Amino acid sequence: MKIHEYQAKEILRQYGVVTPRGIACFSVDDAVKAAQSLGGDTWVVKAQIYAGGRGKGGGVKVARSLAEVRQLAGDMLGMRLVTHQTGPDGQTVRRLFIEEGVNIAREYYVGMVVDRGSQRVCLMASAEGGVDIEQVAVQTPEKIHKVYIDPIVGLIDSEARAVAGKIGMPDVSWNEAAALLRNLYQTFDDKDASLLEINPLALTADHHVLALDAKMNFDDNALFRHPEIVALRDLDEEEPAEIEAAQHDLSYIPLDGNIGCLVNGAGLAMATMDIIKLYGGNPANFLDVGGGATAEKVTAAFKLMLKNPKLAAILVNIFGGIMKCDVIAEGVVQAAREVQLTVPLVVRLEGTNVQIGRRILADSGLVVISADNMADAAQKAVNAAAAHGQIAS
Amino acid sequence: MSILINQDSRVMTQGITGKTGQFHTRMCREYANGSQCFVAGVNPRKPGEDFEGIPVFATVKEAKEATGANVSVIYVPPPYAAAAIDEAVDAELDLVICITEGIPVRDMIRTRYKMLGKKTRLIGPNCPGIITPDEIKIGIMPGYIHKKGRIGVVSRSGTLTYEAVAQLMEQGLGQSTCVGIGGDPVNGLKHIDVMQLFNEDDETDAVLMVGEIGGTDEEDCARWVKAHMRKPVVGFIAGVTAPSGKRMGHAGAIISGGKGTAQEKLAVMEECGIKVTRNPAEMGKLLKSTLG
Repeated sequence: MKIHEYQAKEILRQYGVVTPRGIACFSVDDAVKAAQSLGGDTWVVKAQIYAGGRGKGGGVKVARSLAEVRQLAGDMLGMRLVTHQTGPDGQTVRRLFIEEGVNIAREYYVGMVVDRGSQRVCLMASAEGGVDIEQVAVQTPEKIHKVYIDPIVGLIDSEARAVAGKIGMPDVSWNEAAALLRNLYQTFDDKDASLLEINPLALTADHHVLALDAKMNFDDNALFRHPEIVALRDLDEEEPAEIEAAQHDLSYIPLDGNIGCLVNGAGLAMATMDIIKLYGGNPANFLDVGGGATAEKVTAAFKLMLKNPKLAAILVNIFGGIMKCDVIAEGVVQAAREVQLTVPLVVRLEGTNVQIGRRILADSGLVVISADNMADAAQKAVNAAAAHGQIAS
Repeated sequence: MSILINQDSRVMTQGITGKTGQFHTRMCREYANGSQCFVAGVNPRKPGEDFEGIPVFATVKEAKEATGANVSVIYVPPPYAAAAIDEAVDAELDLVICITEGIPVRDMIRTRYKMLGKKTRLIGPNCPGIITPDEIKIGIMPGYIHKKGRIGVVSRSGTLTYEAVAQLMEQGLGQSTCVGIGGDPVNGLKHIDVMQLFNEDDETDAVLMVGEIGGTDEEDCARWVKAHMRKPVVGFIAGVTAPSGKRMGHAGAIISGGKGTAQEKLAVMEECGIKVTRNPAEMGKLLKSTLG
C-alpha cells in the first residue's frame, strides 16, 4: 500500500525525523491560507499523487508570493500530472501540500528496501540526490552506498555516521544525519514499510539536515496490525478495477491488450500472459483467482474483465489442485448467465475433477471453445480475438 | 534416494486443527505412505486431543519427543506463522515446510536471522510444499498428477509447477522430487540450494527449474550450475510480459529498478549452459530433448 508525501512526513515526524513545516490542502483558498499561516516569503507547492517523478512532471514548484501560491495551486489542482511512473494518462491532482521554503546547500539520496539476497533491510545513500536516482543506480552503482541492517540490533550510530561521511556530508552535520537515518530505520521497521525514500535529503546552508521529500510503501501482508496506516488509504489514487478486484479477493492488474485471462495461481497466470504474447496476441490483464475460488468469485472475475471495452476474447486457464475444475466450470456457466458474454470464450481445464468440469461446460449450452493444453488454448484465444476484432470493426 | 523427504520422513502438522490443516493433512495421509509418515499435530490449546487418530501436542518439542517426527508442515495463519517456524527451528527439526501465504516480510526477516547457524532447513513460506512421488507428499499439490521417476523439479510457483509436471508426464517422465520453494521475497531454500541437492542425488538425472520475475535467485543458481552441475538443467521464467513496478500476485514477483526481468534471467541462464524456453507449453519437451 502507498500513501501521500504529506502523510509519510507526518509519520516520520512522530519518529523525530526533521522535515520542513507544511500543510495539506484540497482547495486553492486553503492553499493560500496554508501559506499565510506558515509565514515567510517562499513556499513550495507540491502536487500529492502516489507516483514519483513529480518534480520533472511539473508537480513541484516554488512560489515567492501569496499570489503565486494562488496561481500555482490553481494550475495544479485538477491537472493530470504525467510522470515516468504514472503511465501516459497521468494522474489527476486532488490534494496539494504547501511547505515552507528551505535554503538548500546540497541534496542527497536516502532509501530503504528489503533486500532479498541478504534477507535484511538495505539502507542506500548517495551524494547524487534530487532527481534520477534510478539513472545513478544503473550507470554508476558505486556511487550508492549500502548498509544491510541487522534486524535485531538495528541501525547503529557508527554505521549511520559512516554513511553520512561516505556521501560527503560535512563533519559538523554527521550527528544530525546519523540521528535522522536511525529514525528513518525505526519508522521503517515499526510500520512494516516495504519502501522508504527520502529524495532529496537536504543539507541547509547552516548545516542542518532534513527530509525534503518522503515516499513510503507498506507491506500489504502486515496491514492487519496497522489500522493507522490503512486509514490513510486514498482510493482516488488506485485503479477502480483493482479496488473492485481486491473486494472479491482477486489479484487483478489491467494491461494494454485485448485477451482477458482468468487463471489460478500467479506463476501460471504470468505464464499464460507470456504464451499469449508469444503466439502473437496481447493479454488484457493479469488475473489470479487464487486457490479458494468459488463460483461467485469466478463471476466477479468475468464481470471485471468484461468492463474492458477493448476485450476481444477471454481465456480461462485452470490447473486444478485444491481448486476443482467443476467449481470453475460452474462459475463460468453462472457468469455467462449473469453477464452478457460478448466475446469468444476459450477454456482449458486440467487437474482435479477435470472430466466433471468439461461435462458441465458441454451440457451448459454455452458456446465455449475448449482447448486440450496450454499451447492449444493460447493459439485458439489469439485466433478468436483476431476474428472478433475483424467482426467488430 | 530423492531429496529432502522420503518414505522414512516423520511429519507433524503445525496448525492441524484449522480447516486448511485438516483438509491437507487428510489428503497427504491418503497419499502413498502418508499413513505411516504423518504422526503428529501441534496446537497449544488442544493438547491431548487427536485429529482422526493423529495425536495433537501443545508444542513442537513435545510432538518430536513423543513421535520422533523430524519434519514439520505449517498451515498456521499469517500473523502467527513466523513464530511457528521459530518454534520448529528451536526444536531442531531437520526440515520445516511453511505453506502459509501472507506472512509479513518483517517477521520473516527476523525468523531467517534466528535461523542462522541452526540445522533446520526451511521451504517456503507461500509455497505448495514438496512431493517425492509414490513415497510421500507434504503440501497442497495434487498427488495423482505425479509419478515416480528421475527428473527433479524446483519452482517458485504452485500451479505452474503442476503444469510443468503434467508436461513431464506427457513425455513419459516421472519425478524424483518436486520442490515448491515459494513466491515470497524472504524465504528458506532457494533454487541454488535445491539444485545442489539434486546434483548429489543418485536418483535424479536432470532438473527442470521454473522461475519468476523478481530478485536474482535464478541468476545465482544459473552461475552455480555452470560451475558445478553434472546433470542437464532446463528452465522457464514466467513474466516476460509483466510490466515493471507491478506486483504480479506473489510478493516476490515484481520488477523493480529494472532488475529481475525475465529476459535478464533467461539470458544469464543461457550463458550458463541451461537450456531455456520462452514457451511455457514446451517445458516437458525441452527437458526430454536433453536426455540421451
